[in-house]
Amino acid sequence: MPSLDPIVLFFILGLAAGLARSDLRLPGAIYEFLSVVLLLAIGLKGGVELAQQSLAALLPQMIAVVIMGSLLPLVAYPVLRFVGRLSRIDSAAVAAHYGSVSVGTYAVAVAWLVSREVSFEEHLPLLLVMLEVPAIVVGILLARGAAAGTDWKRLGHEVFLGKSIVLLIGGLLIGWAAGPAALKPVSNLFFGLFHGVLALFLLEMGLVAAGQIGSLRRHGLFLVAFGVVFPLFGAVVGGMLGLLLGLSPGGTMLLATLAASASYIAVPAALRLALPAANPTLSLTASLGVTFPFNILVGIPLYMRLAETLHSIGG
Amino acid sequence: MHTEARTLVTIVTESAVERRITDDLKRIGAHGYTISEARGEGSRGVRSAGWEASSNIRIEVVCDANTADAIATHLRARYYDHYAMIMFMSEVRVLRPEKF
Repeated sequence: MPSLDPIVLFFILGLAAGLARSDLRLPGAIYEFLSVVLLLAIGLKGGVELAQQSLAALLPQMIAVVIMGSLLPLVAYPVLRFVGRLSRIDSAAVAAHYGSVSVGTYAVAVAWLVSREVSFEEHLPLLLVMLEVPAIVVGILLARGAAAGTDWKRLGHEVFLGKSIVLLIGGLLIGWAAGPAALKPVSNLFFGLFHGVLALFLLEMGLVAAGQIGSLRRHGLFLVAFGVVFPLFGAVVGGMLGLLLGLSPGGTMLLATLAASASYIAVPAALRLALPAANPTLSLTASLGVTFPFNILVGIPLYMRLAETLHSIGG
Repeated sequence: MHTEARTLVTIVTESAVERRITDDLKRIGAHGYTISEARGEGSRGVRSAGWEASSNIRIEVVCDANTADAIATHLRARYYDHYAMIMFMSEVRVLRPEKF
């Protein structure tokens, strides 16, 4: 058995401490700080790479992932509605979480690739940003239909000015405008400390995931099954799209990971305002209690193997 | 020292709706408000304030009795059904009634 990554062990520590009801807890402000550093670091990395590529060449990839992000919730919805027997609005909300992406999962996948010296396309953060929003719109449409009174202007403001999108796009723009040489003075914080910050972030995520497991008992087997099976399906879709777009095996694995991940920052915040009647516990239990740990512990190595297999068949 | 009666409205709720509620409060006629981070447990589970979706705030507004009623009516109609929210009122004495 290959040795586990230390950052994964930090997640397990958080999970174990949370399950054992330890009094360990990171103050909200620390969590906030860690996620700001991670989001900016990921944005900056992508931005530096964008400076060396023409946006026109990336446009097909951007369009393709937006389509994928819109279609994934459409596949998830009927499964949740008719197999899981969730209400229409809850099905739509959970579907939106699974169409969108988790930056934390992406960061762990990047760290996994870096520690194994697998190369990947550095512009993937751009695709990550593109994947955040479409599922939110699809989810709201599924829940309400197009006609009913959604205040899209206000909601658009709240979604696009949400923390994760502002920091990712801000990081992309700063990285793009500054270029690699000018970023040197700040690179110690954002790139040098990346793994350490990620480890602390995962410690907190372990605690948060442990908090969700209690509600898992109430919501039962279906959510567990969905939280594992749907990401596997998403990974296959993302992996095939990666191959189609001509990404390297590392890039294909990252796109598969993005498609397999479920949001827990941007989507919950937006849906809490747009679909107040949806039960947030349901979505967060699935995305944080099941899918996040699954992807971190089991999924990521699996998606690498998937990417390699796809490349050996298709490439 | 001369003091006058005012109503202190305390709202404990999810920070997701902070912006919306403060907009509502100003529209209804509150002259100001104070917000602090809060955590606790209630019928909608533990609000641990550890991360985004579980963060909680306490909003305090000092205002006259009519405004307090209007705030209560509005929040009850608008937020009670779907959000983790409690609200209570108490009578307080203030030195500068014109401020509230």
